[in-house]
Amino acid sequence: MRVGLFVTCLVDLMRPSVGFAALELLKAAGCEVVVPQAQTCCGQPGYNSGDRAAARALALKLVGEFEDCDYVVVPSGSCAGMIRVHYPTLFRDEPAALERVRRLSARTYELTDFLVSVARLDAPPGEFHGVVTFHDSCSGLRELGVQRQPRALLARMPDLTLVEMREATTCCGFGGTFAVKYDDISTRMADKKCAHIDASGADAVVACDLGCLLQIEGRLRRRGDHATMVLHVAEVLAGEEGACG
Amino acid sequence: MRLEAVQFRRKAAEALDNERLQRALEKFPSRFVDTRAAALAELGNTEQLRDAAADIRARTLRDLDAWLRRFERAAAARGATVHWAEDADEANRIVTEIARAHGVRKAVKSKSMVTEECGLNEYLERQGLEVIETDLGEYILQLAHEPPSHIVAPVVHKSKEEIAELFEEKHRKPRKDDIAELCREAREELRPHFLGADMGISGANFLIAETGSVLIVTNEGNGRLVTTLPRVHVAVSGIEKVVPTLEDATTLLRLLPRSATGQAITNYVSLLTGTRGAGESEGPEHCHIVLVDAGRSRMLGTELEPMLRCIRCGACMNHCPVYQNIGGHAYGWVYPGPMGAVLTPALAGIEQALDLPNASTFCGACSEVCPVKIPLPDLMRHWRERQTEQRLRPRRERLLLRLWAWTALRPRLYAVVARAVARLLHGLGGSDGLVHRLPGASGWTRGRDLPAPPGLTFHALYRKRRGA
Repeated sequence: MRVGLFVTCLVDLMRPSVGFAALELLKAAGCEVVVPQAQTCCGQPGYNSGDRAAARALALKLVGEFEDCDYVVVPSGSCAGMIRVHYPTLFRDEPAALERVRRLSARTYELTDFLVSVARLDAPPGEFHGVVTFHDSCSGLRELGVQRQPRALLARMPDLTLVEMREATTCCGFGGTFAVKYDDISTRMADKKCAHIDASGADAVVACDLGCLLQIEGRLRRRGDHATMVLHVAEVLAGEEGACG
Repeated sequence: MRLEAVQFRRKAAEALDNERLQRALEKFPSRFVDTRAAALAELGNTEQLRDAAADIRARTLRDLDAWLRRFERAAAARGATVHWAEDADEANRIVTEIARAHGVRKAVKSKSMVTEECGLNEYLERQGLEVIETDLGEYILQLAHEPPSHIVAPVVHKSKEEIAELFEEKHRKPRKDDIAELCREAREELRPHFLGADMGISGANFLIAETGSVLIVTNEGNGRLVTTLPRVHVAVSGIEKVVPTLEDATTLLRLLPRSATGQAITNYVSLLTGTRGAGESEGPEHCHIVLVDAGRSRMLGTELEPMLRCIRCGACMNHCPVYQNIGGHAYGWVYPGPMGAVLTPALAGIEQALDLPNASTFCGACSEVCPVKIPLPDLMRHWRERQTEQRLRPRRERLLLRLWAWTALRPRLYAVVARAVARLLHGLGGSDGLVHRLPGASGWTRGRDLPAPPGLTFHALYRKRRGA
């Protein structure tokens, strides 16, 4: 099957290793992977800031770039949720465009969801020695039902132990532009997340969304924790953690 | 209640620094989140119930006018008088006229958020009436001259110690530190008011169209005293509270206390139908029901209509990580948390509450627990879209967004910009690989570092790898 990898603008800019790890995992699962070169952003910043027109334009751009793929896979629950759940609402009053958008939305998956539910990856290629705790990213969890999939994959890694932190499903406080617009509230939310991570005693915190990871790592480091690793689930599963491409 | 939602940022910042408040807010996860989850787990069919509840509310709203008229006819048949108030002022005037007509000097009140909306207490006091709140939380707030910070637990922001101090000062009695003793003292203070009041003012959790009844749920029993002891009972309700049948109300009642406080049922469920009948031992001689619109009918038939399904359980704020960190006062009006972020701009005006719909991460915890499945994040986004359309967002934000969208639609240019930004951020990173100060986005680095990127974008590296 031909899988289009949408790496997301945040991964492209801030952490390319996540994109390469996702590529690795999809190949390990036996997929033919294409990375459309004109891809940029799914439009979520505009959509959540109330700029529907910008979101629509970017949605149409993305649909055009990926519609010849069997699946679209995204290493982010919030971008996958944008395409899968919110794209159809952007075009709800235009039957022709809606039909086209829906066809793509229905084939769009968050990475771990795809690896478990569609590609059925049995043995993640990476190795990880240590204890990790998992933070559930909001959109993946509540819009796409991503909860057991990443845990199932992590459980297949023999030297990895998963411990659950308290309130794993509570928001880390990132929220896109919220993190900058309401930075004091956002930071306090991150603080609570950091305290739970700390209390879990894990060597690393793992999540499915780079936004959460930047938020959590940013606050952990500012609090003086330079030891806890902050990793994308793809990096752990592919064994690319810390690699810079 | 005074509308101060425009001061959200300042009040939120103060709340974050208020240690007493922060200690009070710590109880949310165990007191509201865990108890709700346990109460609903006992039911086993939560999802079907939520669907049924949402459907009852949505169906009623589709024919709201007809159900309200049906309610009015049924209530009138049982001796109640129904009044229609288009706005808060009219509601206040109607209650005042009722009080005058019956020679009322003192009114006791049970909890009602719509009367907070109207500022009814202050209005009646200006007309020379004495008004006593009898819900323990509201009574405490009346003594303290503070607004509620939660729609179900109005005094949740206060500690036991603060209340003990307040009682000592206002009641002029020796300080009590035990909660049961504090409650007893409040009861002793309130009893003469119940007995001496000429009028009882209540809210309504539901209005039952088929019977003309007002249904209220309480835990303290004060609601029952307010609505049965005084000669005159006035129930004030938003027009959206009507449901067709008693059967519908019982379905909603299975969810309301469980969602609100984790109780299977509240201590009291009062079904108040008209005036005291011949041969009946209790009930008011006169019953008036004031139906308040105050902006609600404007929401009908719009994207905001689902908000009118709200049954005021407070689960959305109990589960909101923003509310959990700043409490209710920051929201600056009667309705805090996610439901307030949607309702306040709808009822008070979009420009009065610009921050509220924006101060959310869209984490979705609110809509996940809403017993009537209101899509709260979508409705907050609705307000963000209206703000954008009406050019109510800051200029700098609008420009940046437009620039971002314009660039993202031009892949070649976007790649150049992305590469430049990646290099710049990489360069700003210190030897520890962290950016400590970010010019132009200081909001990020005030409380956080930014992990510096490796300097090359994914797409640049990908092309390189494929070329190699």
